[in-house]
Amino acid sequence: MRTGILFRVLAAAAVLVMPAAASAHLVNTGLGPFYDGISHFALTPEDLLPALALALLAGLRGSHTGRLALFVLPGSWLAGGLVGLSWPTVSAATVPTMVSFIAMGGLVALDVRIRPLGMACLALVLGLLHGYLNGSAMSEARLGALGLAGIVSSLFVVVALVAALVVVLRAPWARIAVRVAGSWIVAIGLLLLGWSLRPA
Amino acid sequence: MIRSRLIRSALSAGAVAGAAFAVASTLWPIAAWAHVEQGRAAGFLAGIRHPITGLDHVLAMISVGIWGAQLGAPAIWLLPVTFPVVMALGGMVGLLGVQLPGVEIGIALSGILLGLAVFAEWRPPLWAAAAIVGCFAVFHGHAHGTELPAGASGLTYSIGFVMTTGTLHAVGIGIGVIHRWSWGRVVLRAAGALVAAAGGFFLWRALA
Repeated sequence: MRTGILFRVLAAAAVLVMPAAASAHLVNTGLGPFYDGISHFALTPEDLLPALALALLAGLRGSHTGRLALFVLPGSWLAGGLVGLSWPTVSAATVPTMVSFIAMGGLVALDVRIRPLGMACLALVLGLLHGYLNGSAMSEARLGALGLAGIVSSLFVVVALVAALVVVLRAPWARIAVRVAGSWIVAIGLLLLGWSLRPA
Repeated sequence: MIRSRLIRSALSAGAVAGAAFAVASTLWPIAAWAHVEQGRAAGFLAGIRHPITGLDHVLAMISVGIWGAQLGAPAIWLLPVTFPVVMALGGMVGLLGVQLPGVEIGIALSGILLGLAVFAEWRPPLWAAAAIVGCFAVFHGHAHGTELPAGASGLTYSIGFVMTTGTLHAVGIGIGVIHRWSWGRVVLRAAGALVAAAGGFFLWRALA
């Protein structure tokens, strides 16, 4: 037992005295932009929150609607991204982001009984819009289609997990918590509107 | 007996080694530099911190949750939904440069009225409760929304700000759960009286 402890302490000390670079951006494998895309989505509230709101709304409407959103949103995001890569825009993304926050958060807060077709249309519009903005940004950052693939993969996982989590909620308070989350997204969107219109 | 003592001492030695490793690790931080976007983290942390830096705000927001819990469904969720949304509207108005007279007085009055509502277990119609909460939320939002630290991100500040506000409501709702017991009702009423008294103090300070 003591030998084991000694070994662990020595191993810990060895790890501490030999720090190595994380190599977060994988230049050698060429997959760096893909991981950049994954982390970009996870670290960018402008994209993450509207996608979360759509996943919450889809989950509230049940498994069929959730499955629709799961495939339509990443698909349209990819399509919009490819368009953005080819014909990038230079305009600021604040207004579309703000509109997405208020609209999507409002739908969740009000628990709007949207039909599956309506949800598919909503996912299509949201995906095309944010995908296009992402594609434009990717084009500027020279991350290319691989970065976009990372974003879409990350998006798929997030929508799948969140929508699935909400679909199985049965307790009334849990569904209310989802609506409260929607109201938070609306509030953030309103504050963002204030920041964007603030006199210099 | 001896064997179990040996095992125990070995386990504790392992725990000490583990703790020493954890402490040593924290002394060698290496920045990730994955996505360097200036001011994002600072904005988020400032937003998280901001609503809890003023006792007048904290008491009002927790009181909203407690009052909602006293009123029961649907007020228990309607009031905490109303407050952040209308508060954000107030923040937006402040950011646009629109002056709101008597902001500090409004905030102090919110403490008094919400405290009295909790104390008296006041049960107005749902729309009236939402209107009262919404009205006061404008003052709180106006006071907070404009105070972004220099160089910080407005978006992440807003996210942190809304999250903390919502959490304070949740704390209030959590406290309000004791309403189901008779002793709990007495405690809540006493808490309401304290909040109202604190609101009176804040009003006196605002007018002084």
